[in-house]
Amino acid sequence: MTADTAADHWSALLGTALLGTDRRPLPPPAGPPAYRAAAAELAGPDHATALLEQAALATVRRRAGLLPLPAPTGAPVPAAPDPRPELPQAAARRLTVLLAGRGGGGPANLAELLPQWLVEARSRGYRPPAALVPGLLEAARARNEVRADAVALAGPLGRWLAERNPQWRFVLRTTAAESPTEADRIWQEGLFAERVTHLTRLRRRDPAAGLALLTGSWARERAEDRLLFLDALQEGLSLADEPFLEAALDDRSKNVRATAAELLAGLPGSALGRRMARRALAAVELAADGSRLLVTPPGEVTARMRRDGVAPDSPTGRGEQAWRLGEVLAATPLDTWTGTFGLTPAQLLALPVADAADGGALWREELHEAWARAAVRQRDTGWARVLLGPAPRDGRPVRGAGAPAKLLAVLPPAERAGWTAAFLRGHGLGDAFQLLGACATPWTPPLSTAVVAALERAAASGAYPWSHSGVLGLTERSLAPATAPAVAALAADAAPDTAWAETFDRLARTLRFRAAMLAELAGPAAPG
Amino acid sequence: MDERWSTDRVRALTSDSAVLRAAERLAEPAPWALAGAGRGAVWGLCRGGGRAPYRVVVEPAGPDWQCGCAGRQRPCRHVLGLLLLWAASPEAVPGSTEPPGWAASWLAERVPSPLEGTAHGTAPADPAAARRAERRAARVAAGAQELRLRLADRIRRGLADPGTAGGWGEVAARMVDAQAPGLAAGARELAGLTGDQQLAGIALLDLLAAAYQRVDELPEPLAATVRTRVGFTTDSAELLAGRTVRDRWLVLGSQDLPDDRLTQRRIWLHGTKTGRPALLLCYAPPGRLPELALPVGRVLEAELAYYPAAAPLRAVLGASYGVPEPGPLDPPPGCGPADAAADYGEAVAADPWQTAWPVVLSEVAVVPGPDGWLLSGGQHALPLHPDTPEAARWLLAAVSGGHPVTVFGECGHQGFRPVTVWDGTGRPSSVTPATGAAA
Repeated sequence: MTADTAADHWSALLGTALLGTDRRPLPPPAGPPAYRAAAAELAGPDHATALLEQAALATVRRRAGLLPLPAPTGAPVPAAPDPRPELPQAAARRLTVLLAGRGGGGPANLAELLPQWLVEARSRGYRPPAALVPGLLEAARARNEVRADAVALAGPLGRWLAERNPQWRFVLRTTAAESPTEADRIWQEGLFAERVTHLTRLRRRDPAAGLALLTGSWARERAEDRLLFLDALQEGLSLADEPFLEAALDDRSKNVRATAAELLAGLPGSALGRRMARRALAAVELAADGSRLLVTPPGEVTARMRRDGVAPDSPTGRGEQAWRLGEVLAATPLDTWTGTFGLTPAQLLALPVADAADGGALWREELHEAWARAAVRQRDTGWARVLLGPAPRDGRPVRGAGAPAKLLAVLPPAERAGWTAAFLRGHGLGDAFQLLGACATPWTPPLSTAVVAALERAAASGAYPWSHSGVLGLTERSLAPATAPAVAALAADAAPDTAWAETFDRLARTLRFRAAMLAELAGPAAPG
Repeated sequence: MDERWSTDRVRALTSDSAVLRAAERLAEPAPWALAGAGRGAVWGLCRGGGRAPYRVVVEPAGPDWQCGCAGRQRPCRHVLGLLLLWAASPEAVPGSTEPPGWAASWLAERVPSPLEGTAHGTAPADPAAARRAERRAARVAAGAQELRLRLADRIRRGLADPGTAGGWGEVAARMVDAQAPGLAAGARELAGLTGDQQLAGIALLDLLAAAYQRVDELPEPLAATVRTRVGFTTDSAELLAGRTVRDRWLVLGSQDLPDDRLTQRRIWLHGTKTGRPALLLCYAPPGRLPELALPVGRVLEAELAYYPAAAPLRAVLGASYGVPEPGPLDPPPGCGPADAAADYGEAVAADPWQTAWPVVLSEVAVVPGPDGWLLSGGQHALPLHPDTPEAARWLLAAVSGGHPVTVFGECGHQGFRPVTVWDGTGRPSSVTPATGAAA
């Protein structure tokens, strides 16, 4: 047994300990001479005690002689260098707070603010401290809406970590679009949402390549997937897409056909637009004396009309004639009217409308409604402005046709903000949620002031803050930083311990936090 | 240069939740006037209900403060409110400003540091206390004897025997009765171990009981180690009255270990002149943070008193001279995996119950190995301790990014337990962030 080592002796001790010294003899010491001699000295008359003493000797010997492992061969592959400048110190501290989701001076709404922080930090091209990258990737894993920004901010180190942690695999898919081979793999094997994202980004960068990618696999895609892929073509839509969309008008799926028709109807110069214009001009003519518009609703939905996206039956049970008229007019290029009749949108809207057959005052509402839909679809600023009209005052309802929020979204940001501010002054917060949602963030100072004034009036009127929770949420995210002091003043003036006091207080804290966090990202000099 | 604290670090200054709540309400710009920071201090005028405003001036590093309020809780809500505002809102308390006259005069006159000046003098010889100590020593000795008999009995019957598998709780309870909490804790730990590790644990516990039986024959440092491990405590005031070591202590790591009953904070120091390691322990009730907070990377000139031990490590903080200053910009000097293992070996040779020893590893890359992550120094590597949290592994990996880094932690027979990692620019990160102490 001379070849035995101290490790063998330990195994033998363990075997005896498990079965008991009553049943098994104490093993003879083995190993290097000094160890054997020391162990032999501990072989007292009581075998159990001797075993414990020898086991202690073996354990201490092993620990005291701890050896490192041999290093793995091959140099580790380091992460690619990240040339971006590092986040200012204060901003890095802020990110720690945002990722932890707590702290930072009271109950500000951090969940609302993290996405904004990420967008801002990403757009300024900062690199986060390495220690915060795992936290960023965890946030990206938990929250879809911050994923793209968090992953972009995490940069090459994020990818390096993701290659080593299966939980962060999504990072590789999110960033893989950069390399052509990876991109192809995503399109062939990726999850549906990843494929849509990939297609949308590719369209943004290279519309033709996006179209080619989609055309390549189009026949194999499922109908519901085809529908959403088609939607992605909205990005960078041009006449180059027309043949593909025309072909999609014959798709097996009704929804795909309808979406293709809608895209073509919004595409200036499309053949579908010209076909619709012909049908529209057959339905609407200018009276010989130019005094009114005469309407002859389309008689029936032909197979060709159906192919162009006109559904034969009204899904809502509206009058069949009115339905067909609306469908045709909404898909007609708006310049058809100004060009053919030589009138401005304002003049056209001012004209009386009559039924061509009996002269009855019909179809005005249908006509204006369809123009509004067309203005939204074609993103026609001139028409949208006229259709929307000036913001109504004194609580009167919105005059124009169509959904005001959708028309508003067509206008340039400053005009949107101005219109909504005027609306708030006349109407208060009641119907403002969608309009505010259509405005660009951060809100302009006049719009912000109007929102704060409306909140103040709502508080004074005795309304409950939670009936405006939607608007309050938007306000936390969007109010101009310069307006924060006004909110702080409201918080100070509100009757203490009321729901409004609490609401304004929380809003003020969130705004202050937001202002501070944006300032940190803006200035490289962190305050002392 | 004034470094702003985190709000958590401010909150750690008090254990009174009512005061803290009141302070949070004051952590708003509105009640403050002339708030500012600079020259290592923070000040401001706090408007109270109708009276003259309170003058509040704080030196966070001490921490030391003065407030004009009548409240006697130290620190009061005004002090904490001002610090919270300073921590959270740089715009409300601008830095690098000059103190107004009243704040400047307090700063000039006040005593250098509240940590200075500790109780001195030993307790007078008390015959009753001596008799109590004698009685306890006898009970512990009897407990140690009983423990050895119980352990040997289990070995006689075999650890695989169902009759011996459990019952560690009862053994622990007997040791509590015998006033030997260290032996009780050792017995409790055995319940969670199996096979190899359980036999090693039983053998070392038997060794400890055996050592206590002849503690009077042991050389003094080893005898002290045995007494401490068995469960005798040493009064920290008494320690500070004895020999202390003055050095410029570099803070290598700070870690909070929350528990159901207590949060333990461990702060590791390295004497930049003496080269000695030290470990400070402090505690707080659940949900609170321990009071002592020393940010990683700072250097504090102070006296430490070591607990007597064969391998002295644990210490108490005595008088400090000045405030924790920013330390060197480079990571601390360290060694490779082989030397780290040897350091641990030496500690075990002095104190056989030592499970880990603090060490700085230089130039190690964090690489995946066949059985988990390794800290690899080219020739040799150390495995990470199996209990290292997932988040800690990824933080290490991220800071390393595949490049060699400096890591401080505890090297033990089960692997390396990382505490702090320094990135390429020499900036430290806590691997498991201590809620209030991370810089």
